[in-house]
Amino acid sequence: MTNWSELMKGVLSAPYRTWIAQIVAIVRMESRRNLLTWRSLWVYALAFAPTSIILLHSVVGSGRHSIESDTDVMAGIFHYYYMRLGIFFGTLSIFTRLVRGEMVERSLHYWLLAPIRREVLLVGKYLAGMVRAIALFWTAITASFLLMYMHFGAAGQQFMFDGPGFEHWKAYLLITALACIAYGSIFLLLSMLLKNPMPAALLLMGYEAISSILPAPLQKLSVIAYLRHLMPVSVPTDGLFALLTVNTEPVAPWAAVTGVLLLTAVVVALSAYRMRSLEISYTPE
Amino acid sequence: MSDRIVLQDVSKFYGEVLGVNRVSLSLPPGITSLVGPNGSGKTTLMNLMTGLIRPTRGSVEVLGLTPLQADDFFRAVGYCTQFDSFPRGITGWEFVFDALALHGVGGRQAATRTAETLARVGLQDAAHRKVAGYSKGMRQKARLAQAIAHHPRVLVLDEPLNGLDPMARAEALALFQELGRQGMHVVISSHILEEVDRISDRIVLMTGGYVVAEGNIQQVRQEVQERPMQVLVRCAKPEVLAARVFEMNHCVEAQLHADGGGVFLRTRNLDQFYAVLNRIASEGLVQIEAVAPADDDASAIYQYLVGPDGETV
Repeated sequence: MTNWSELMKGVLSAPYRTWIAQIVAIVRMESRRNLLTWRSLWVYALAFAPTSIILLHSVVGSGRHSIESDTDVMAGIFHYYYMRLGIFFGTLSIFTRLVRGEMVERSLHYWLLAPIRREVLLVGKYLAGMVRAIALFWTAITASFLLMYMHFGAAGQQFMFDGPGFEHWKAYLLITALACIAYGSIFLLLSMLLKNPMPAALLLMGYEAISSILPAPLQKLSVIAYLRHLMPVSVPTDGLFALLTVNTEPVAPWAAVTGVLLLTAVVVALSAYRMRSLEISYTPE
Repeated sequence: MSDRIVLQDVSKFYGEVLGVNRVSLSLPPGITSLVGPNGSGKTTLMNLMTGLIRPTRGSVEVLGLTPLQADDFFRAVGYCTQFDSFPRGITGWEFVFDALALHGVGGRQAATRTAETLARVGLQDAAHRKVAGYSKGMRQKARLAQAIAHHPRVLVLDEPLNGLDPMARAEALALFQELGRQGMHVVISSHILEEVDRISDRIVLMTGGYVVAEGNIQQVRQEVQERPMQVLVRCAKPEVLAARVFEMNHCVEAQLHADGGGVFLRTRNLDQFYAVLNRIASEGLVQIEAVAPADDDASAIYQYLVGPDGETV
């Protein structure tokens, strides 16, 4: 009873205002240092590759497609490219840089010497990565979406504002945000546990690819299995696409969102625990 | 609250590699110099003091605080590391300003303090240039500025004079002295004793991960003189030499060299040892080819402290 009341007292008297101010400072600093840098160029290319193809498509193929067929194309691009590759490798790059990258560049100790609890520092860095990843992919997906329908003129506008277009766009943004949040947390943890997180990331990619044929309890450990249920438009599952399509046990959208957030919370908590005992050892990596 | 830096029976192992072993120190305010050859454990000890690494055994407290109390601990401690690396693309100004932001010093106050600190280390003219374009000495100054900007009570400086030209070196030493006079703890590491002995209130001699002597300069000199020193004598009949010098009561150990062309001798009195060795050589009993200190531990420091001919410095 005493322990419980002491714990509650500790929770209630924690300096939340200071922690929030510290997190804001970390996010601001990380964003300024990493948002526009040459080494991030390939992540931007990854995010905007479909956008440039859609731009070409809207210029060259204008008048030769229907809104329905382009809606399927957009869903395909989102499902096969963004969900499976773009966001996966984008977040891999962004989140592994936060701690491991600074370890490699021998600049992590500057953070560790600041009067900030390690857990708060970890959350601040994680949020900085999250803000960056979400901002990047939201921009790219919004641009892709607009370019996909803009060339239809009034019909495209009607689809977007009076038809289902707006709901589709919102669903894509939600899935993107959840994917960034979840994959980001996993890659952050992997980068703190392993000197080279790439093989583990590729294993995770393989796991995500076969999650649809795994037993239902194992599917619950897959990010993509949850996100798939939030897709506004179903994608074709025959032929070659069947290999890339996620078919999993049905999950209610609220359960999918809650599942991803819970998974993320657990992984971030593990990262914070790891951060607490992290030591500076700038050995050649 | 304690005003000391206290290390109690601290050991740090990197796997099977020894960092420091069984170090116990209690440092009062003032300037303390950690002196020892490269690899003696100075940086490990400093990283332990500042919480960048955790002891395998023992405990570390700075002013009664541990690194787990990050909020208070790192407000009290500033650490200028030896790592010559910076966040990418950063300017000198941003480097110091960002550190202050993490200390909760905001806007105008942070700007004023950044300007003051950069001026104090002589970097005001280069403040808005990228650190990547700085010379080694300027980068050293930038790290020093970042370590002192938040006005810590404990300043830990790992080889702070590396890369500085003579003028900047003198200025840095004057700054450390000033900070020491203000009642701060200033802990400086160096592998060259001459660099820091003039300004130090205390010296801690380290070698091979151990503290071999500690105290003010006179105490350290005494401790080093009393410590058996190992000398390698290259000669034609090492066993004859070993038998002869073993008659001296200050010679505590003799070991033939693996190639049979010399002998390692350990003596408590180097002055007497050399005198006897000269006598043996002049008698022609043993033809001596070379004599050299064989101790890895602080032989250079020893030579400095007692002088090559035994006179005190």
